[in-house]
Formats: sequence, C-alpha cells, structure tokens
Amino acid sequence: MTIRLILITLLAMFIFGCESTTEKRDEVVVEDMGTSLEGEAGAEDGVQTYGAMDESLSGMSALDDPNSPLSTRVIYFEYDSSDILPEYRGAIEAHAAFLASNPDVNVTLEGHADERGSREYNLALGERRAETVKRQMTLLGASAAQIITVSYGEERPAIDGHDDYAWSQNRRVEFLY
Amino acid sequence: MRITFSKTVALLFACLLSISRAQAIEIIIDKGVEDPIPVAIVPFGWSQSANLPPTDIAEVIKSDLIRSGRFSTMSEKDLPQKPTDFKSVNFRDWRLLGMENLVVGQVNLAADGTYEITFRLIDVYKGKQIAGFRIPSNSKQLRKTAHEISDIIYEKLIGIRGAFATRIVYVTLNKKPDGTKRYALQVADADGYNPKVLLESGEPLLSPAWSPDGRQIAYVSFEGKNSAIYIQDVQTGKRQMVASNQGINSAPSWSPDGKRLALTLSKDGNPEIYILHLATKSLTRITNNAAIDTEPSWSSNGKRLAFTSDRGGSPQIYEVSVNDGRTKRVSFNGAYNAGPVYSPDDSSIAVVHGNSGVYKIGLLDLSSGQVTTLTDSRMDESPSFSPNGHMIIYTTTGASGTALAAISVDGTVHQRLALQNGEVREPVWGPFLNR
Repeated sequence: MTIRLILITLLAMFIFGCESTTEKRDEVVVEDMGTSLEGEAGAEDGVQTYGAMDESLSGMSALDDPNSPLSTRVIYFEYDSSDILPEYRGAIEAHAAFLASNPDVNVTLEGHADERGSREYNLALGERRAETVKRQMTLLGASAAQIITVSYGEERPAIDGHDDYAWSQNRRVEFLY
Repeated sequence: MRITFSKTVALLFACLLSISRAQAIEIIIDKGVEDPIPVAIVPFGWSQSANLPPTDIAEVIKSDLIRSGRFSTMSEKDLPQKPTDFKSVNFRDWRLLGMENLVVGQVNLAADGTYEITFRLIDVYKGKQIAGFRIPSNSKQLRKTAHEISDIIYEKLIGIRGAFATRIVYVTLNKKPDGTKRYALQVADADGYNPKVLLESGEPLLSPAWSPDGRQIAYVSFEGKNSAIYIQDVQTGKRQMVASNQGINSAPSWSPDGKRLALTLSKDGNPEIYILHLATKSLTRITNNAAIDTEPSWSSNGKRLAFTSDRGGSPQIYEVSVNDGRTKRVSFNGAYNAGPVYSPDDSSIAVVHGNSGVYKIGLLDLSSGQVTTLTDSRMDESPSFSPNGHMIIYTTTGASGTALAAISVDGTVHQRLALQNGEVREPVWGPFLNR
C-alpha cells in the first residue's frame, strides 16, 4: 500500500519533471539562436548550458539531479546475499518509477561480488543480485524489456583490495543508463 | 572480406606482441617430505667433442626431482665419479655416500640432426638397473624428453607416474600505469618454462579448462561485454565461440571423452547446468532449481558431475548422475564448499572450503563425507589436481596480492609458484600427454 502511494507520488513528480523539461527545450531554440548571433560579443549570459541538451534524451535531467534519489547509481549488499537492504529501497523505487515514466529509456544493471570464495559461484551471485533488483523494479512498474542485467562476478572490483572495506564496496549492483 | 582480412592481420599482430609478454613462473619448494629418497643425477655424456647439447638433461631432471619435494640429490661438484653407463659405475663410492639411486645417461646427436637419449636408473645397493630407456628426440624436444625421464624415475621410485612432462594454464593480470588492466591466458610447462600467451584482453578472462587430450582449452571471456565461452586450439591459436546466451555463460568442464562440455547458463532464468554436445551444438539441461547451480566438474569415469549449489541455503557440493539426473548432496562440513574438482581416481573432490570468512583448499572424501583442509592461508581458491593425483595447484591471496601455490594431497609437500610481475590466478593442470 505504502509502496503504491510512493510510486504514484513519484510518477506524478516525473510527469511534472518531463513537462518542465519540454518547456526548457522550447527555450533552448530561442537562446541558441541568440548565442550564435552574439558569439563574439560575449557568451557569458550562462543560458548556453541548455544548448547541450539532447532532444532524444528528454527527461534525462532527472537523472542528472544530484538531489534526486536517482543519483544513487550503486547499491551494496551483505556477504553472500542478494537481499535488498532497506536503505536502498527508495533509490530502487525511484529508478523503477523513472523507467515507468520513460519507456524509451533502458538501464543495465551490473551485478558484482567480492573476491572471496570461488569465481564461478561469484559470477552467479552477481547475476542474482542484478536479477533481484530487476525483479523489484518490474514489480514497481518498470518494464522488464527496459532492464538488461549482466554479471561480472568478482572480476571487476570497484576497489582493488583484500580487506573488509574493499569487499563491502565490491558487493554491489551498478545502474548504468 | 576486407574486415576478415584486417581482423586476421590484427590478430597476427596481437600474437606477435604477445610473445614478448609471456611470463615465466618460478617454482620454489617450501616444504618437502621428511625422508626424501636419495638419487644422484650424473651429467649425461655427449656424443660430440665440440659444443654442448642445447639442453642440460641431467640438470632438468635434477630440478624436477628436487621441486617435487620427495627426493634429495647431490650437487655436481660432490659427485665421486661421472659415469655415463652402467658398467663404469663404481658402486662402492656411491654406497659410502648413502646415495641409494643413481641416474646415468648419454645424449647422441645423429648425422640427420635427430637426438637419442639413453638413460639408466640404478639401484646402488643392489647393483642393479631399475629402468633403462632409449628415447628419440630433437633439439626442440630435449626439455620434454628430460621431463619424461623424470616421470619414469618418479614412477619407479614412488610408484605413481610423475607429472613433469605436462603443462599448466593460468590467467595473469597486469595493471598498466594508466590504471587499465590486461588479462592474459597463458600456458607453460609444469616447471614454469616455455610460457606462451594464448589470448590477451582488456576484459576479464576466467575458468580455463583443458580438453582431455591437452590440445584445446575452453575458457570464459568478457570481451563481448558479457560472459561467453570459447574453445581455443593450443597449438594453432584458432578458436570458436560455443556459448554466448543472455545471462551468464560460464564454468566449462570437458567430459573425459572430449565430446561434451558441461557448463553453466542462465538463459532460462537462473544459473543451471547444461551439457553441450560439441559435434551437434545441442544442449541437454541437467539441473532445474531456483537456486544457483554452477561449477560443474566431470568425474573421471564420465558418469557424474559434481557442482556447487546453494539450494540448501549455503553453497555446498552436489553430485548428479549424467544419465538419470539423480542428485545428492555430498558436502556437509563447513558453511561454504564450492569449486569442486574430482581427484583422478574419483575417490575425493577438492573444494574451496570456507568457515568464518576463511577459505582454504579442502579435500572431500566421497566415502566418508569428511572434508580435510590442506592449506592454512585465509583466502585460497581454484584447486586443480596434477594428473597423477599427487599434487593440487591453487590460487592463494594475501595482503600482497594473489599468487599460485601447490600442495601434495598428503600435505607433506608445499610449493610456491612465483610470477615476476603482476598477478597470476586460476591454474589448471593439464592432462598426461601420450608418451
């Protein structure tokens, strides 16, 4: 029940977000023209930044907002576990809602494990972590077709080290848009 | 057509670059048996008056035997005499030194450039020849011939064929100054000599597996941004991709007849074990369970697969009959047992045995179900048996990084296998090659 309520709120937020982006895109055209005319005179009016926006990525601004839960792109796991820790639920809900409201956007979930134990088991564990996150996101409204999973097991550590800290950073799923 | 050509050129170029990057492994004996067998190796005679033979046969044999941890030898300067045949041995001298066994031999170079090596293993106390062979060879095969002689000496004095004339495959990892990583799949002789690069990649390589005839190696490569299984010819370097499905494609293991590959695929939803029939490329699914099933390892008799599954809550070893799919759990000691490989006689399975965050190499006895730990480090993995079943080679990781080591199944011999630069991991001991 609570999750659904959050989801609806988030969806509403993103619809609003998209609308405002469209408005900005309209502005871009105008500002762009202005800049190109006054190129030599002085380009310090700062509005040019909008010119970098790619129309095909409409709505991506939410991904770039450091205050959005979408800015969480890595979530971490306990040893030999693919259970989603409570502190990452909000981020997963946000990513699911974002995909639900942006059906053209895909994400790759990269599953990883720490180096302990056997490599092949860890490859399977990395996949299970990525698949667990994918399943959660599809339950929250994202389409399975938007989510690709890949496991690197212990082969691509975030940190090269052989201690508890390195291991805690390496047991992870990365969201790659 | 043009793409194929440029690809070929690129591959050739990569191969040329690779040759210089092959990295030799040095084997250092840490611990040997308490009562090593004394055997003196006398420098072999040489048919030519000028020059020396390209390989010092006696030296190679001596190094093999010392590294095995089961023999004691003599340095050349301490030898009382240097006979090259049976009739010139002065037995009294050798008996006084307590040298129970003696190896003498002769290297002959024929006019056509071929070699012939004659050697005799002599029981000094009985004054009798234990073994005597005449082996044809050539200038490029002399080291191999020396290893074959070591194999025979080992067999005559210990009772089991030596595994000196074999090869190992391993994966190396080097970090470049800019932080990028280079992975390489390499093969070398069992004594670390003649390292050759089979494949280099900027993406991870893992799980090499020898075909039973030692001619091919299956492995997993991430070069396509996902795991895929390849089979590569060791001699020619030619390779083919045999599995590249959605999800993981991993853990190849050859059937003893060389016709099938057991592997792990998650294309149907989660990691399951399949058998790939290499001639037809058809797949037979072996496991069907919502848990992780992976790391199949073929028994030497071809009837069973051991694999890792966490269907019981933690990773443990299971065995499945290839014919009827009947499955049973076989490991019950310890919180974590994974990475199974059968001993050559199928009596035991080497595993990664984990308890309280410490991972050691364990030996699971299939008749008693008990696991004996063989190593005492904190993070050991990827065990592989020598083809005679005497040694297990494995990867060990400490604060300083990852290295290879080997231990005898009875725990009496321990070796370190050191690489000059970078990390080395996932050693797999190749099969006996036909004599």
